Amino acid sequence: MTGFLVKRLLQALVVLFLVTIIVFLLLHSLPGGPARAILGPKGTPQQIAHFNDVQGYDNPLPVQYGDYLVRLFHGDLGQSYKLNEPVSSLLGQRLPKTLILTVLSTAVAVVVAVPLGLLQAVRRGKPADYALTALAFLAYATPVFFLGLIFIIVFSQAVPIFPAEAPQGTSIGSVFSGFSGMVLPIVTMAFGIIAMFSRYMRSATLDNLTEEYVRTATAKGQSSRRILVRHVLRNALIPLVTLLGLYLPTLFSGALVVESMFNYPGMGLLFWNAAQGSDFPVLLGVTLVVGVATVVGSLVTDIAYALLDPRIRSVS
Amino acid sequence: MSVISPAVAPGHEEAAQATPSLARRTVQVFTRNKLALTGVVVLVLLLLFCYVGPLIHPTDQIHTDLAQANLAPGAPGHLLGTTDLGYDLLGRLMVAGQSSLEVGLAAGVLATVFGTVWGAVSGYFGGWVDAAMMRVTDAALAIPAMFLLVVVSAIITPSKLVLILIIAAVAWLSPARLVRGEALSLRDREYVQAMRMMGGGGARAVFRHIVPNAIGTVIVNATFQVADAILYVSYLAFLGLSIPPPATDWGSMLSSGITYTQNGYWWLIFPAGIAIVLVVGAFNFIGDGLRDAFEVRLQKK
Repeated sequence: MTGFLVKRLLQALVVLFLVTIIVFLLLHSLPGGPARAILGPKGTPQQIAHFNDVQGYDNPLPVQYGDYLVRLFHGDLGQSYKLNEPVSSLLGQRLPKTLILTVLSTAVAVVVAVPLGLLQAVRRGKPADYALTALAFLAYATPVFFLGLIFIIVFSQAVPIFPAEAPQGTSIGSVFSGFSGMVLPIVTMAFGIIAMFSRYMRSATLDNLTEEYVRTATAKGQSSRRILVRHVLRNALIPLVTLLGLYLPTLFSGALVVESMFNYPGMGLLFWNAAQGSDFPVLLGVTLVVGVATVVGSLVTDIAYALLDPRIRSVS
Repeated sequence: MSVISPAVAPGHEEAAQATPSLARRTVQVFTRNKLALTGVVVLVLLLLFCYVGPLIHPTDQIHTDLAQANLAPGAPGHLLGTTDLGYDLLGRLMVAGQSSLEVGLAAGVLATVFGTVWGAVSGYFGGWVDAAMMRVTDAALAIPAMFLLVVVSAIITPSKLVLILIIAAVAWLSPARLVRGEALSLRDREYVQAMRMMGGGGARAVFRHIVPNAIGTVIVNATFQVADAILYVSYLAFLGLSIPPPATDWGSMLSSGITYTQNGYWWLIFPAGIAIVLVVGAFNFIGDGLRDAFEVRLQKK
């Protein structure tokens, strides 16, 4: 187990290091350098030279990368050009909001997808199975914002039950005090995840149903309901942990679109606004944080998986 | 945006030297799959609509005509109405579809080719080459595709070519991983070893043996890649980062329609949205059918 842990940790560190390089290279692939992006086409050569001197952009690339890393270790992600605030404090306000949205959507998705997948496996080849499969394909082929738009048209305009805008306000509490505004964003985001997870649960359940322990349990005279819940479900749920880890980048991408759609003041909306205003420190800071979160998230799920399933430990 | 691409058939060694009966059987399984056939039919119809349609229903999609803006469907000469800038909607759907399909297909194919070579080289050479190449893909995968796409398209104003390149630049990762897995299992096969004994080099092994034998996986993955690429185009359009007007794509049409949700101009939203769902669904059905077909080859062997 420790060997596995050490190997996995080292891998994650290498990947983190590469993530910083990618983000750094993105910053330096700007046409004309960051100075041109910030000062605009009207910036004079003197202004550009001054900016580069102040920001250290006239140093050789490796030196700049070193400085970038040092600043990162001090928690300095740069200063937003448009909002004139440190990127780290902007993230401090916005990241928790995005986490609330993603955690709630994922929770809803798991709660819905697990029984759906079980149902499909048990009713394999019956109309319910076909209908749900068709629905999953449909959900998978629908862009998140089109789905959100349909929800807004139906539940906010045709039958006004839920507001089309997420609760505003900077505090975490505002999310829960204006919770009716959270319903559509959460449902929109959960939809695609449900499609993916229920497909997974269906095939995992089918795989497990052919296992020998199921035959043993049947031979012992256990009811099929008990076998399904006590044995098959528990075994099928374990790999779902890994799936959650793999799904993190998609979750963040989904949050980006859903937050922009419902004007939910999280990290995705911050990112989108930064893209509209060429606010590169914010763009790159958010990209880095999301990348790091993904690496750490998949590390955690891998470890959780190893803890839950002893077979993995012995293999590695 | 499938992070978890649906599982794909593992190596089928005889793909390159398949007997005709096997090939026929593959086609048979594919054509017996009703969903896959539906996918093919839908795709052919959409292609006809986008490329032959403008010949039958020619419209001006360059010059705006505000006097004709936001006409409801059924207005004289405008079967599906007009857009907020007075373009004929039916004609615009055709032109937009061309962009969406071209960018999606080109990006999907480019990503598949690059990813396949990357994965085959990584898996075949193994050792530290593999470790280094795979950590690069891990790092690139760690940054969610949408975020990379948005950063890059905020830096460079997207044209069709730029869109193709940047979508391919984030999409090559999953074929790379899949093909690497295949290459790992293929490189120890006797015929590859025999070739090496005879003095064949790494390039020959990768291009003559590894890639052709992984072709089933590659083709199946390519169809999913195209579907994903079309979705990416639409997401970028929604975030305001697609091809600038007067050119357009289905995603751009849909997102410019969002402004008019309150006015009840449904024709600005649903035709383009449904077109995206249809084309992405069609590619997914085809991919699923191909996967089953290739799996049959496996079982037959």
